Amino acid sequence: MTSASAVADLPPVVQGKRRFGWGQAALALAIAAFLVLFLAWPVGTVIVAAFTHKGAGGFTLVNFYDFFATDLFIRSTWNSLYVAGMSVVLASVFALPLAYITTRFEFRGTVLIQTLGVVPLIMPPFVGAVAMQLLFGRNGTVNMLLDQHLGFKIPFMEGLNGVIFVQAVHYFPFILINLSAALRNIDRAMEEAAQNLGSSGFRLFRRIVFPLAMPGYLAGASLVFVKVFDDLATPLLLNVKDMLAPQAYLRITSIGIADPMGYVISVVLIVASVVAMWLSALAMRGKDYATVQRGGGGLARRHMHPWQAVAAYAIVILILLLVLAPHIGLLLLSFATIWSFSPLPDGYTLAHYGRVFSDSAVYITNTALYATLAGVIDIILGTAIAYLVLRTKLAGRQWLDWGASAALAVPGVVLGIGYLRCFYGVTLPDGTPLAALWIVIVIALAVRRLPYALRACVAALQQVSVSLEEAAENLGATKARTVRRVVVPLMTGGMLAGFIASFATAAVELSATIMLVQSNADAPLAYGLYVFMQSAAGRGPGAALGVIAVLLVALCTLASHLVIERRQKP
Amino acid sequence: MTAVAINIEQVNLFYGTNHVLKDVNLDISPGELFAFLGPSGCGKTTLLRLIAGFNTADTGRVLIDGKDVSALPPWRRDVGLVFQSYALWPHMSVRRNVAFGLEERRVPRAEIERRVNAALELVELSQLADRRPSQLSGGQQQRVALARTIVVEPKVLLLDEPLSNLDAKLRGQVRRELRDLQQRLGLTTIFVTHDQEEANSICDRIAVMNAGVVQQVGTPMELYERPANLFVAGFLGSANVIDGAKWVDPPAGTPAGAKLVFRPQAATLSAASQQAWLKFEGAVAHREFLGSTVRYGVRGPAGDVSVDVAFHQGQALFDVGQSVTVGVPQAAAMWLST
Repeated sequence: MTSASAVADLPPVVQGKRRFGWGQAALALAIAAFLVLFLAWPVGTVIVAAFTHKGAGGFTLVNFYDFFATDLFIRSTWNSLYVAGMSVVLASVFALPLAYITTRFEFRGTVLIQTLGVVPLIMPPFVGAVAMQLLFGRNGTVNMLLDQHLGFKIPFMEGLNGVIFVQAVHYFPFILINLSAALRNIDRAMEEAAQNLGSSGFRLFRRIVFPLAMPGYLAGASLVFVKVFDDLATPLLLNVKDMLAPQAYLRITSIGIADPMGYVISVVLIVASVVAMWLSALAMRGKDYATVQRGGGGLARRHMHPWQAVAAYAIVILILLLVLAPHIGLLLLSFATIWSFSPLPDGYTLAHYGRVFSDSAVYITNTALYATLAGVIDIILGTAIAYLVLRTKLAGRQWLDWGASAALAVPGVVLGIGYLRCFYGVTLPDGTPLAALWIVIVIALAVRRLPYALRACVAALQQVSVSLEEAAENLGATKARTVRRVVVPLMTGGMLAGFIASFATAAVELSATIMLVQSNADAPLAYGLYVFMQSAAGRGPGAALGVIAVLLVALCTLASHLVIERRQKP
Repeated sequence: MTAVAINIEQVNLFYGTNHVLKDVNLDISPGELFAFLGPSGCGKTTLLRLIAGFNTADTGRVLIDGKDVSALPPWRRDVGLVFQSYALWPHMSVRRNVAFGLEERRVPRAEIERRVNAALELVELSQLADRRPSQLSGGQQQRVALARTIVVEPKVLLLDEPLSNLDAKLRGQVRRELRDLQQRLGLTTIFVTHDQEEANSICDRIAVMNAGVVQQVGTPMELYERPANLFVAGFLGSANVIDGAKWVDPPAGTPAGAKLVFRPQAATLSAASQQAWLKFEGAVAHREFLGSTVRYGVRGPAGDVSVDVAFHQGQALFDVGQSVTVGVPQAAAMWLST
């Protein structure tokens, strides 16, 4: 951050009336130091390690040569690309009809669909994987019924199919949300102009509506691709090991922290994330089609013919059943005595919940503590960065925004590996390595979720008119007092929304934390779930824990909706 | 191509319980440039969209070229609508925008090429054919929207506030161009506007609307000289409305409660008493210099009235507070009720 300190070094005269200059520079430097220490350094270390010779040290490309010469890694790369690509396709198949029907037609239950459509997001995908095995697996509910009545089975969950199915069900809301927003933002005159010139039906959709909604679709699709590409817990739980993220984890945990292959795979993961985001940005360039004008108000909602309505409801109900299957399955499993080789559980019990509350309460309290701390760190950093970027003239302030947002492109497993590498060598006076402290988990979560909180804070600050601040200064308040008495109170709603977004997603995060958890006593809920789900006996309590996690996150999401709605009312 | 007539018969339209169009009957002649004029919310755009097929009337019907089109969807009506926001598709070039309607009509490729070029030439945008709409100025966008609509040779042309998104300087020029183009194409055209000057300057006939009701239909001069009611008198130009029966007897047949209406420039103003059919004394309350005229606000027994006096260089003006006499000639007096 040389540019930031350059401003601080200028004589006060040049800074004119900005008496707060030194404080701003100090704040910017502190944030920059945090980002360097907990984001740039760990990731940089991983990249350097990938290019370092294992025995001799020094720069080398031999690790990459080894990577590309190993069949397993080549296969893993293709598998990861295939799974991520097909997940986008399948997620689009789920999201497109829901988005189009709810934005284009007068359809009862639009709000319900849009709400239920988001529910899959609030559960770690690997938790859903277990439930999906029970419902759609080789001996799951659906296949047993198919076999009994029709005499065949469908391999929904075999190998990569299972990963694609689970990921698509879990991540399709990203496409649904973005695409619905894009469809709603199309000026109705755009569509009417085409109708006026003789266009209708599917041609109208293909030539006008879909191209205009394309940026929203691409934003959602690229997010799904990156998330699926980086996820390691879902393939591991489905016993699919020949994909990139699981390989990175397995190399580091089974062969050791010194093995270069884990780092090479990390670099490949980062490159894939960056390329996917860059491609989507490239495709979206110059296509900001937010076309709603005054009196616009989105696509005209049409009445449906009765037969159209029946078809639409059938499609919507089928999709909702599919995407809510993990939750239904999980709920059944959490109350089930034994559920194996039968369409439904043999009996029902509350014992799993009892076991969770007596034995595993520590997971829940840990998660509440970690996610709360991470959320607090995120809104403090987010508010500070938003203020520096939007309200000061500090040179290089944009770099803070870019730096914090760069965390989006860093897969969780890579960040975890980086933390291990950087902080395992650092020991405290009593001999425990720094990486073993639970506070490192909190920081990892905070860095991972900072981009979301930052966007919420930036949006909140953008809505606060500068003239409100100027009015306070005009009446004699200093910059610092203006921030405290005017800016922060007006931003509260946005900051709270950012906190809840951070909290809710941090509560179910596993990719980074799976590397950093050293003892069960420090483990968060997602880790506990992962441990439970690996053994058949642990599935009941695991499901109970999963239901609790879903409820926890659902309550937070509901709270954030209420807060945002209240804020939007005048 | 021969121009066609548009007939609107007994149309009523409700939005929920809101009665938006009330018993609308209009006959628009072939080749006419016809305006729907009224304040915002008067139903003029609703009526235009009804003709284009984007609204459905609860009663009545719309005939284009003698055929009832009420049951046809927008894409079967062959009615060209130019949107107030232009609604140019941002993901297509100017050329693709203009070609769209022809492509939807499955016109052969070579003919599309020829007709698109001709349309772009007509609006003088041939050089900008490969630009995106966002790279054009407001006036250019407006011409693309027009070209996109007329290239399909619709039976009628509907313009929804076509000048409202242009700056004042451009507006005068574009409205003359519109009139010019309409005359050359001979296309029956409806022009929606809230600006009486726009409607007066280029339209053959005007339907003045208020609160969903057509108040009066006529040429601009007829509406100005013989407004049917107080609303039309006030909406087209300025008008003084006074309780005339206090001073003079209304002519036989005037409905009870009718007001006496006269234009500011029809009255005379003098420092001394004057001979006039109707006169009353007052004091100058304010004075506005408008260039070619000076407008005086006179406060007197009839309330506040405006009087315009032509301005000549070196002429002495009345001062604020000065006592004056306002005179109204009988020929200028109109007796109108609401």
